[in-house]
Formats: sequence, C-alpha cells, structure tokens
Amino acid sequence: MASSSPAGSTKPPSQGPLGLATHPLRPSDIRSDSVEGARSPLDVAAIRRDFPILSRRVHGHRLVYLDNAATTQKPLVVLERLNHYYRSTNANIHRGIHRLAEEATALYEETREHTARFLAATDPRGVVFTSGATGALNLLASSWGHWLRPGDEILLTEMEHHSNLVPWFLVARERGAQVRHIPVTEDGRLDLTRLGELLTERTRIVSLTQVSNVLGTINPIRAIADAAHAVGALVSVDAAQGAPHHAIDVQALGCDALSFSAHKVLGPTGVGVLWVKPDLLERMEPYQGGGEMIREVQMDGATWAEIPHRFEAGTPNIAGVVALGPALDYVERLGYDAIGRHGEAIITYALDRLRGLGGLRILGPTDPTERSGAIAFADPVVHPHDLSTVLDQEGVAIRAGHHCAQPLHRRYGLVATARASFYIYNDRDDVDALVAAIESARRYFG
Amino acid sequence: MADREDRAHLQLDDLYREVVLDHYRRPRGRQPLSHPSCSVEGFNPSCGDQIHVALTIDGDRVNELQVECRGCSISVASGSMMAEMVPGHDVAEVRRLIEAVKGMMQGKEPDPAVDLADLEALAGVRKFPVRVKCALLAWTTLEEALPGISGPA
Repeated sequence: MASSSPAGSTKPPSQGPLGLATHPLRPSDIRSDSVEGARSPLDVAAIRRDFPILSRRVHGHRLVYLDNAATTQKPLVVLERLNHYYRSTNANIHRGIHRLAEEATALYEETREHTARFLAATDPRGVVFTSGATGALNLLASSWGHWLRPGDEILLTEMEHHSNLVPWFLVARERGAQVRHIPVTEDGRLDLTRLGELLTERTRIVSLTQVSNVLGTINPIRAIADAAHAVGALVSVDAAQGAPHHAIDVQALGCDALSFSAHKVLGPTGVGVLWVKPDLLERMEPYQGGGEMIREVQMDGATWAEIPHRFEAGTPNIAGVVALGPALDYVERLGYDAIGRHGEAIITYALDRLRGLGGLRILGPTDPTERSGAIAFADPVVHPHDLSTVLDQEGVAIRAGHHCAQPLHRRYGLVATARASFYIYNDRDDVDALVAAIESARRYFG
Repeated sequence: MADREDRAHLQLDDLYREVVLDHYRRPRGRQPLSHPSCSVEGFNPSCGDQIHVALTIDGDRVNELQVECRGCSISVASGSMMAEMVPGHDVAEVRRLIEAVKGMMQGKEPDPAVDLADLEALAGVRKFPVRVKCALLAWTTLEEALPGISGPA
C-alpha cells in the first residue's frame, strides 16, 4: 500500500478560479488529538453538515447511507462547482477562441494537473479523463490488447469486479490470448503462493484491484507489480475502491496504469480517471476516434493528437471533470491519514457488532487493518435482497446482490451477499442502526 | 423503537404476506423429475438469483413441474406457487397464467378468467418496484421452457 500522502494535501488553502472556496473544512474540524486508537480522528458531525443529502429522510427515518462502495454522496462544494460551472463558464474545451472556451479549458486542464498531484504522478500528460473506471479499464484493455499475440496471458484475480474481468475477456478472445487468475483464500486474501507458477514469460498483462469491493481486502500491489515486471508484464491497478480510502502514489505502487472513478471519491458520476506512464501512453493505440483526438484528418486517414488528448475523443464530461477538483480538495484537506484511521475505526467497530449478532457469515480478512471500505455478509435465514428491503424501510441503505463480482461469490458458494460500505460521514450510530435493522429483519423472518 | 419497528413492519407486511413466507420457508416442487421434457436455467443478472425449471409435457399438458430457486423470499415463493399451480394445465392456460402474473406486477386489471390463488399474495410486490423482477423470474423462465413459438422445446 502506498503510504506517502498526495502532493496536493500540503498545498495552502486557495480560492478556486471561480472564487468558490475550495476548502470546505476548517483545520479545527479535524481532531488530531484522537483520544484512543479505535476513535475516529474526523469530526463526523461537521463533515455531515457538508453533505445536504444526509439530512433527508427515507421512509420516515434518518438516512443511514451505507452504500459508499457503489457511490459516495457529494459535498456542497462539488454541487456548487457543477452549478457554477454551468451558470458562468459552460463552453466546449480546446477549440473555441472565446473567453468562455478559454476559461472552461483552463478549469479542465487545472483538474488534470490536480489529478496528477493526487496520484503523485509527475507528469499530467499521463492523466486521461474517461466516463468512469469501467471506461478507463475498457480503454486500457482495448489499447494494450493490440500488443497481445496468440498464447499470451493476462493475469487477473478471483476478486475482481466485472469491469476488470470482462474487458480483458473481450480482448483475449479477439487476440487468442489466455486469461488466468490468482485465486483467493478462504479468508479473502490473494493466494500469493500461486504467483510463482502463474507469472511466466507468457504473462503480458497483470490487472488487479487495489481493494476488493466485496471483501474489503487491501492487496499488496507493490510486491505483485515487482514480480510482474520481473517477467516483463505490464501492471494495471483498479483503484476504484482504493482511491476513496488510501493515498495513491503511482510511483510507490510501481504500476504502469491505474484507474479510478470520480463518483466514488465524492465527485460527480460520469467521470473516470485513467493514469498511464506517459512514455507508455505515448506508444498506445487510440481507443475511440473522433474530434479532439486527432492532429490532422484526410479523407483516407488521420494522424493522432498528442497525449493525453489522443485518448479523449469527443466532448468529455467537462462539468464533471471540473467538479472533481473540489472533491479531491475535500479528501486532501481531511488528509488520508485521518481518513484511513477513521475507516479503520469504523470497520473495527462494525466487524465487532456484526460478529456480535452471531450466525452471520462475514467475508474477507478478520483483521480490520487488512481491509477497508466494505463488509459483505450473508445471513443464514434472511436473503440479502430481503434484508436490503427491510433495512430500507428503516432508512438504512445497503447493497444486496453479487456486487458485480460473480466469480468471487461462486468461490464462496454464494449467489449474493449484503454489503455495508462506509465513508467519512458514517459513524458508530450508523453501524448501530444497521445492526438494529438486521435484528429487526431476523425477528421478522425468523 | 418498538413503535418505529411496527411502522416499518406494517409496510413490509404488504410485501411479505404470511403465505409468501410460508412458501419461502417450505418451497414446493423441488423434487427432480426423472424424465423431463425440457429444462431451463433462469438468471437474474442484476442480483444473481438462479432458478432451475424442468417440466414434462404430455400432449398439450404440463404434467409435472420442478422448480429449484436460489434467491430471495419473493423469487423462491413465486417459484413455489408456480410449481403448485401449473401442473395439470394445458400450455395455452399456462401462458395465460404467465400473462396474468406479469399483468399483476404491472398493475393491470386482472383477467377474470384466470384464478391467481396464492399468487394474489404477491400483488404487494408492485409497491416495491425493484423487487418485481424477483417475482417474475420463475415465470419468465417457465415461459422459455414451454413448447411453442418462444420455447426451445
């Protein structure tokens, strides 16, 4: 796991280019004098006030939002940035020779630079904006797929989200390559004893998640990346679940590409980030063709624009990208050290309370320090869908189903689990509400 | 707290009628058939529910029906009711029943010629739109298993 903090976290508070404050929290909101290890260092009450949706009611109850692995809620600064962008700046980028287009382009490119700092990447040309983490992985698979030959191997893991499986299946089928996977152990870790036999000179690509969206397992990316590089493979990291909880440092992770989704880190939907080492991105085939990604077009061919624009065909989600800026500001201002300790405290407490219920099958590592974000579980009596419906009636939002990880569920002999996933605005009260609602569901179905 | 729980349960009682819970706890029609005429696997890709439907056809009639569902209370109960109701009816009647169940989920006026029996208990699912697909999984899978224009048999 990368440990260094993002470069952006130490920069002084600043006004955004539109005059909107980009620092939603005062330093006093962050309690650094945490009393005991298991206590959150965040002032959750202050954070909650920044998220308008958290004050709404659901079926007459306080909203207890525990579906953060699916998408996080948005702080006011993000909503205001979206609104302000459309009200004052809206224009297409890179082309127009007028004031609005210049401002929109500047905002968009500033967010690219900010995103590079967020990833501890040195060169913003490595940052490609996509439609989401799924869009990023499809771009990557399609483009790296051009380099595959029959018999080459792509190594994935058994704990991947479908978006880090299916794009590779598509290119493997097209190129005659084989897909292999690192299995998971009973307690939800990657079985790295198998790595030696799975990584061979045929392995061209290794793509894996930093944090499992079901098990919560934090994977040892650096060790796997080093082993993959030793056989000459490229390494892609799916940080969709990692980026909300851990400081990302692409150098420390040692990967060649990394993707994440804006909407899982307080940003808007419809924006993803693909970072690729610039010298590698330079050599990659374009993914989609269209405006913006070309240098010159004839009637019988075209030449490509410089990176990263070569990979951003058409009009991107400009407003969404611009609003990713204040989302990143928000997490950077809280700091990943505090976010990480808060996450660990709430996971520890939730695991304790859920175990206390008795009879639940809880997936993933038992040690809270080896996991983050999500806890998936199965009740022997109440099916996850029924549980989710009962919980919803009490205002508690969780996810039920296979969470786009069917192979993983099959591995554990399950078709579905219930999943509670936590973020910066959740506290012990939310966990207590979850546990009370599970007890209520058990009484109802029992 | 008790009060709050009661209110929540009042809503839930529309969805989880006692007869639904009974079918969920003791699903009917799970015994495998020795010589099925046709069998089909159904999936609900959005949630992972799985169902196995097998039947024997004698002439125009569905003689036996096996339903094995791995899913939530609504999909299991709906499949169990189907296993209880369908055997002994001819294919055209079964098709009318399937349409009636779909119609009920869409809030359409019921067809007076079709007796929904226990299935009436599933009417409350309508108020929970995300669960409608659970109630229909067994029936859409049966539809595929039936001989005729849309079936593989």
